[in-house]
Amino acid sequence: MKKKVIAALTTACLMATLFSGCGQKEVTNDQADNQSNSATADATNDGADQEVASGSELTGTLTLAGSTSMEKLCEAMSESFMEANPGVTVTAEYTGSGAGLESLAAGSVDIGNASRGLKDEEKEGGSVENIVALDGIAVITDKENTVVDITSEDLAKVYKGEVTNWSELGGEDEAIVVIGREAGSGTRDAFEELLEVKDACVYAQELDSTGAVLAKVASTPGAIGYVSLDVVDDTVIGLKIDGVEPTEEQILAGSYKLQRPFVMATKGEISQQNEVVKAWFDYINSEEGKAVIKKVGLIIPQ
Amino acid sequence: MKKAFIEKTANLIFLVCAVVAIFAVCAITLYMFMKGAPALGEVGVSDLLFGKVWKPTADSPSYGILFIVLSSIVGTGMAVLLGVPIGLMTAVFLSEIAGKRIGSVVGGAVELLAAIPSVIYGLVGMMLLNPLMYQLEKKIYEGVEGHQYTGGANMLSAIMVLAIMILPTVISVSTSSLKAVPDHLKAASLALGATREQTIFKAVIPAAKSGILTGVVLGVGRALGEAMAINMVAGGAVNLPLPFNSVRTLTTQIVSEMGYAQGLHRRVLFTVGLVLYLFIMIVNFILLRARKKEVAK
Repeated sequence: MKKKVIAALTTACLMATLFSGCGQKEVTNDQADNQSNSATADATNDGADQEVASGSELTGTLTLAGSTSMEKLCEAMSESFMEANPGVTVTAEYTGSGAGLESLAAGSVDIGNASRGLKDEEKEGGSVENIVALDGIAVITDKENTVVDITSEDLAKVYKGEVTNWSELGGEDEAIVVIGREAGSGTRDAFEELLEVKDACVYAQELDSTGAVLAKVASTPGAIGYVSLDVVDDTVIGLKIDGVEPTEEQILAGSYKLQRPFVMATKGEISQQNEVVKAWFDYINSEEGKAVIKKVGLIIPQ
Repeated sequence: MKKAFIEKTANLIFLVCAVVAIFAVCAITLYMFMKGAPALGEVGVSDLLFGKVWKPTADSPSYGILFIVLSSIVGTGMAVLLGVPIGLMTAVFLSEIAGKRIGSVVGGAVELLAAIPSVIYGLVGMMLLNPLMYQLEKKIYEGVEGHQYTGGANMLSAIMVLAIMILPTVISVSTSSLKAVPDHLKAASLALGATREQTIFKAVIPAAKSGILTGVVLGVGRALGEAMAINMVAGGAVNLPLPFNSVRTLTTQIVSEMGYAQGLHRRVLFTVGLVLYLFIMIVNFILLRARKKEVAK
């Protein structure tokens, strides 16, 4: 018993000395860190100063509100824009297309985001439709599938669970495995809206990423799914919708069904806006801005 | 004097370390309740917990998580029913029957099984199990009207993956408690003329009961909390947990929808987290009770 107590005490003492030893080392390390930190901080400050001096002197704030589907685009664009214009603060809220346009009409934001074309009454209220990007959705099946063309009515029936076998669509006798995205996904939102099957879909699988949908459709016989147009590769077949191929050209021509415009609406023409808003649209139309649009998987309008 | 000082500092350091863990538990508990409780009030307790329709983004959204809770319970329950007998038999084999060489091979394999990350289980399940399940599904439902084909991503796949995932926990905890059974019990049983099998099932396993139970409860905890593997093999549509239905559990519900959820939808996901948290707490409570009993013995 006594031996145990002594052992425990010695361990504790050893631990304590170990800790105090570490502590001392840490102090010296900290000092070194501080020194190097302040050195790098100085360096970065210098860099920032130079950047401000050489970059644009635009200052101010830019507020956007609207479509949740445009979150990815807006975040990427504002990040890149603020890097180019350090004096500008961009804040974006994602309240939904309708709500964004209402805020614009009420004058509480500079730009109203909408993932649809403006309605006539919205245009009459003075809002101007500026299409910054086009979003396309491809409907894909596995490689073995013999159906290459589907009408939008049939597609809606498939997703509503009214058509359950490819033979009903002129294909082979193979069950249709309906694959989609999770609730809240922008792609699902767009797909269901464009096909007018909002919240009426009966999914066999709900996956939480584009890649997962692509992989599942490629590996499951009889599967059908939807993904952003830009990720379709040769592991799957991109179906024609109403006879139109899912390609960038068809979307630019406006003949592909599953496409929608991303609109950044302004109150009055862009030329009537303040400098910050003008700079924003200039940036979107610049090479850097186009690169951002491409990076988030959208198509540049012409 | 100096010694006393060092001792006090050492005590303090140990105390601080212990407090970190306690603080983390308290903070998480508090956070889960703060974040998860409001949506309960907004949606209504019974609408949320016993609602059958999950349509969070509809124009008139409904946030019923009954099927999700049921899927978690059924999935975990079936995985335990499937995994525990296998695990227990393996543990018996390891502790009572296997020789040193075979024992070390099997033991090593079990340890390896424990070390495999859950995403690998998911991947293998997705690539091997799901296609097999789809073949089975097609055979079973041939000519049956009204069945939605899931492509093999279903409850049954999830159960099988979970059953394999809980094996290492069940095996290692059971093995050590079986090994701890005193030899004189076995010797007495054998001396009374019982066969080896009789000794194992009538004397050794009952004596190691509480340790085995601990293993089972730990397995339940692991199965209940697993997200990644299930997310990959279970399909992820909200359905009644039937073997060939695509299902979503509490964990995958959070994982798959947290990314884009907003407003009330997001708050409800926190409530789902709270429900999961409470389940895990109950499991741990049972575990603590079982351990106390063991100590009391």
